[in-house]
Amino acid sequence: MDFTRRDTLALGAGAAAMALLPLRAVAQADPNAEVVGAPDEFLAGADAGAGDLTLTAPEIAENGNTVPISVDAPGAVEVRVYALGNPTPGVATFRFGPLAGSQAASTRIRLAGTQDVQAIAKMADGSYQTAMKTVKVTIGGCGG
Amino acid sequence: MASGVKPRVKAPKKASAGEVVTIKTLISHKMESGQRKDSSGNVIPRSIINRFTCDFNGENVIDVVLAPAISTNPYFEFDATIPEAGDLKFTWYDDDGDVYEETKSVAVG
Repeated sequence: MDFTRRDTLALGAGAAAMALLPLRAVAQADPNAEVVGAPDEFLAGADAGAGDLTLTAPEIAENGNTVPISVDAPGAVEVRVYALGNPTPGVATFRFGPLAGSQAASTRIRLAGTQDVQAIAKMADGSYQTAMKTVKVTIGGCGG
Repeated sequence: MASGVKPRVKAPKKASAGEVVTIKTLISHKMESGQRKDSSGNVIPRSIINRFTCDFNGENVIDVVLAPAISTNPYFEFDATIPEAGDLKFTWYDDDGDVYEETKSVAVG
């Protein structure tokens, strides 16, 4: 591809505009949006034991950008998933409503590197269950 | 990101009363994590979908809070109980205030 003088000028102007953009794009995350937080905040001092909660994740993930995971927690009202080695550990909160067919869900997550993925389920009686899985990541998924 | 967002839902059109059906949803969204930097070293601002809900005839099936660690084009698979004929309503909430909705009717019989 050949660049004419005009193209080069246009490119330069575009790059300058892009450089200024982040300063103006302060419109960040919705302040009312709920965050997943950290495991300690969810547990609030309570103990979590093993139970029927299962966390399914691959042992080795080639691409940390899309790691398929699923949780299955019979009798849970809420399940939170944490990636303990990510810049922010919270991944997702699943709340199951009255019409949930099962307390299970699948999604795809980003992992920055090889690390432990933890799921914590809050059961209907207020107790907690936890499950942990180590995922080896070949290419990290959080950008540098 | 308000352009190019397209929700896709796979749900059965028919079910028997009380049946548990599996639903798959996907929405095209870049899910910018707020961790990446552009070529000049500036942080690219976060822009994600932060909440997803599914309701059937106004009753909640699942309510998910999403963090930046959810992959591009967020995908969810879950089960719903279909007690009667009605509509499944899916809602995604974007960081920029946009709300994307999709409805699927389920017949019973």
